[in-house]
Amino acid sequence: MMKEVKHYLAGEYDVIVIGAGHAGCEAALASSRMGMNTLILTMSLDSIVALSCNPNIGGTGKGHLVREIDALGGEMALNIDKSFIQSRMLNTSKGPAVHSLRVQADKKKYHIEMKKVLEDEPNLTLRQGEVIDIFLDNGCVKGVLTRTGAIYNCKAVVIATGTYLKGRVYIGEVDYESGPDGMFPSILLSNSLEKMGFNLRRFKTGTPARVHKDSIDYSKMEIQPGDEEVIPFSFLNMEKKFDVKQVPCYLTYTTPKMHEIIRENLHRSPMYAGDIEGVGPRYCPSIEDKIVRFSDKEQHQIFIEPEGLTTKEMYVQGASSTLPEEIQLEMYKNIIGLENVQFMRSAYAIEYDSIDPTILKRTLEHKELNNLFFAGQVNGSSGYEEAAAQGIIAGINAALNIKGEESFILDRSEAYIGVLIDDLVTKGTNEPYRMMTSRAEYRLTLRQDNADLRLTEKGYKLGLVKKERYEKTLNKKEAIERELKRLKTVQITPTKENNDFLEGLNSTPLKTPSSLHDLIRRPELNYEILKELDKDREDLPREIRLQVETQIKYEGYIKKQMAQIEQFKKLENKKLEEDQDYNEIKGLSNEAKQKLNAIKPDSVGQASRISGVSPSDINVLLIYLEQKRREVGVKKDE
Amino acid sequence: MADTIAAISTAIGEAGIGIVRMSGKESLNIGSKVFKGNKIENLKDGRNRELLYGHIIDKSKDQIIDEVLIVYMKGPYTYTREDMVEIYCHGGIISVKKVLELLLNEGAKLAEPGEFTKRAFLNGRLDLSQAEAVIDIIRSKTDKSFQVSLDQLEGSLSKSIKEIRNILLEMIAHVEVSIDFPDEDIEEVAYEDLENSGRIVMEKIEALLNTAERGKILRYGLNTVILGKPNVGKSSLLNAILRENRAIVTDIPGTTRDIIEEYVNIDGIPLKIIDTAGIRDTEDLVEKIGVDRAKETVEKADLVIVVFDVSRELSEEDYHIIELIQDKKAIILLNKTDLPNKYDEKFLKELVRDKEIITTSMTTGLGIDILEKSIKNMFYSGEVEIFSDTVVTNIRHKNQLEKAYKNIADGLTAIKSYVPLDCIEVDLKNCWENLGEISGDTVGEDILDKIFSEFCIGK
Repeated sequence: MMKEVKHYLAGEYDVIVIGAGHAGCEAALASSRMGMNTLILTMSLDSIVALSCNPNIGGTGKGHLVREIDALGGEMALNIDKSFIQSRMLNTSKGPAVHSLRVQADKKKYHIEMKKVLEDEPNLTLRQGEVIDIFLDNGCVKGVLTRTGAIYNCKAVVIATGTYLKGRVYIGEVDYESGPDGMFPSILLSNSLEKMGFNLRRFKTGTPARVHKDSIDYSKMEIQPGDEEVIPFSFLNMEKKFDVKQVPCYLTYTTPKMHEIIRENLHRSPMYAGDIEGVGPRYCPSIEDKIVRFSDKEQHQIFIEPEGLTTKEMYVQGASSTLPEEIQLEMYKNIIGLENVQFMRSAYAIEYDSIDPTILKRTLEHKELNNLFFAGQVNGSSGYEEAAAQGIIAGINAALNIKGEESFILDRSEAYIGVLIDDLVTKGTNEPYRMMTSRAEYRLTLRQDNADLRLTEKGYKLGLVKKERYEKTLNKKEAIERELKRLKTVQITPTKENNDFLEGLNSTPLKTPSSLHDLIRRPELNYEILKELDKDREDLPREIRLQVETQIKYEGYIKKQMAQIEQFKKLENKKLEEDQDYNEIKGLSNEAKQKLNAIKPDSVGQASRISGVSPSDINVLLIYLEQKRREVGVKKDE
Repeated sequence: MADTIAAISTAIGEAGIGIVRMSGKESLNIGSKVFKGNKIENLKDGRNRELLYGHIIDKSKDQIIDEVLIVYMKGPYTYTREDMVEIYCHGGIISVKKVLELLLNEGAKLAEPGEFTKRAFLNGRLDLSQAEAVIDIIRSKTDKSFQVSLDQLEGSLSKSIKEIRNILLEMIAHVEVSIDFPDEDIEEVAYEDLENSGRIVMEKIEALLNTAERGKILRYGLNTVILGKPNVGKSSLLNAILRENRAIVTDIPGTTRDIIEEYVNIDGIPLKIIDTAGIRDTEDLVEKIGVDRAKETVEKADLVIVVFDVSRELSEEDYHIIELIQDKKAIILLNKTDLPNKYDEKFLKELVRDKEIITTSMTTGLGIDILEKSIKNMFYSGEVEIFSDTVVTNIRHKNQLEKAYKNIADGLTAIKSYVPLDCIEVDLKNCWENLGEISGDTVGEDILDKIFSEFCIGK
């Protein structure tokens, strides 16, 4: 018989964060930095910000998120700047809005650096412990219970449990309860959530094998070095010199023989045998999936990436699999250069519980249970960066709730973070959600290079950004404006010398004087090239030059987008009450009533993005709001 | 409410005057761009609420559109409480439509159904007790216009739009995949390919716009039904009208219906003739489609042309037809007057009472001109009118096509000058969305679905 665990009161906090992954750490740091006495509980202190899957931070869309977290005063960018071992700016040929920074992380270092930050944070307590229950009082959070009987009272809880809830690992015919990468799963908390009435659903994700560095024949592969010029993630580090000795990655390919092995053994994959019910992400297919769905492709890319400087483990990107271990080994041996490969960890799929994020507000607080927040993979997202982005928003709003201040919401026109959260809570997701730049309607204005200009002020007002940094950003803004203005006034005259220079660059010679501003707009010219005609040009920092160039070159498109944003904002600013009963509004279609009651949007704008809510329903809402406003007799806001 | 909206605010084809109105900040600006007054040349020089006389001019073509009266009313003492401009044009469809189109070209936005009323309410003009009525108006107008829009979209237009959107979707998916998955083993999108596809899109939209000009997709017109028992000369009548006038629609099939529609234009008056050609070999309209359907068709008609064969005696079917048209605008044709007369004209006249009767012979062409004149009179006197929602829907479609055209043209220019992909995508997506608004397709997850189904991506 099980012995009864005696409970004891172990402490009182403002905010408790469950989980110290990417979401949990940002949440805890934000809340403690906003003055909240914060406790972060993790099942293992050795798994803080574990990079359980790929060893990179950033990439398309994701890199944007990291920059935004940084501008708000988050930690992810600073942490990766301390621990990267290779850096690349992707998409440099495709326009500034989609330039994306992606770096290779030293996983261990990344963990150690973040642990240090948590340990040194004044208002933050770091504690190992498995939360197995959450206490509520009258629909409001009041504490948590750990497996060892400790009760911690608190005012708000952020659940950031990643893939741990009822985690189950699959390797071929073998499956067992487990967290990611050999960690323990969290079974009891999942049970508690179910008892509280949560509808949990199963998602899955997978990871490839890790192999020994010395068992690889690199001569058959293509080397992929980092960029010569390192651009950091954090805006705080822009002027810093990085003397990191970068480690290369390698590109290789699968072979027909490998494909054959996979096809012959498909029936042994739990995905194909139907044992896994969880839904996996479309952009993270297993190698089995790729070979079945794109059977005419003769080879697939495989990247070999280092997991860190102090380990010989190498990550085999592109070869995640759920096949049995013996088959995995056999198929990996048929990847070019891996003929003598030595496995260190096997590939596996993991299935876990997640909530339906549409039960959350855009602050990531539960719609009915006060001060209960959710962030990260448990919300049905995927990726370290997506998790961290939700973490900081949940942490900020937990603190604001306790202080009794207005909540903090970023909308779709302000940040990728806004797009991410709005998508999750408004539309929900049927697969682990990944950020992509194509999800952002206002991509041209939401660039990774201007995240500081967009968000530093907000971070400052929240108390997450120091005054010095805020002022620096203001100065940067001013310098950009000044330079833009100057370029409009500098006239280039059609002298022979000037025209010879232009013709040398295949640019049409001038007939009348033209401002430098207008010349920069020509596709064949740019800010740097025109330096020669611009005798009085000050030597400006790269950051400012970049902004000036981008803002001039894409002025037309950016203006178009700004006009769209203005329209968008109008509906976004029409606020709806949290406790609105939509059945009471005459004229709404039945479907709209149902959907609106389920989602409880915070604005007419959000309502308009719910499927099943039509333009005429939106008109009805606008009329209704005006009707109500006049009934209340509030003075007109226009 | 930054947008300035415009709409035709009188029933189309009715009476001698048609009113086009605008509401919003830019009303005065747009109004003064299109108006040239006689005494006071510029609208801006007139006083508030002063009625000015002059012309609406398409300055880009240096063309006079109509002779009008115009008034500028400064907010907030207006219907919508915003600045408004009202233009009083000649009645009939052509004038108001052209004026409205010109305003749209100059930057006004076509008003949504019920939008003037909505603004009036939101700006505090209407009483609170009217809120529910406002909701009803907007709701019913929106739903009706949506229905009309869908009705008109049957057949080839919607097919062409889908086709064009598919090409655009391919382009967008390819652009997006190279942006969002730069490391993948996917062929980079080539500017040459984008240019080729973009050009095809542009040509196709241009073709649609051309047909729109000629009225092929502007499927509105006086809803005219030709009624008569078999072999009275209905098809000959139709052929005679088609022969003499420009047939507008011949290549848009009547889709699934057993009735075929023909579009003709009689001196600027668009006519949608419900043609019984599809059934003319066997039965007449009443018998073939049954009394109920015939009733329905006649009820929907703006005008009925009834054909009697004077070489035969009045039969049961003729009486039936006369009953059907009792309360309709109708013109009676006494056909086959070249043959011996076998019916009682007086008796018939009593039966049809006040309806106009014209004697015709399709073999000699007698009376066709009188029929056409008669239709024109009825139209200009406002006796018959066109269901205005249809016209508006068509203007809306054309407006969207024009926007789509502009966006793809911008996109092509950008492609040709090697503007980065993220910018080009803006034009492509705008174009795709413009077209989607015509066909009623929403954005949704289409693009991602396309990417994941077509490209092998992911780590």
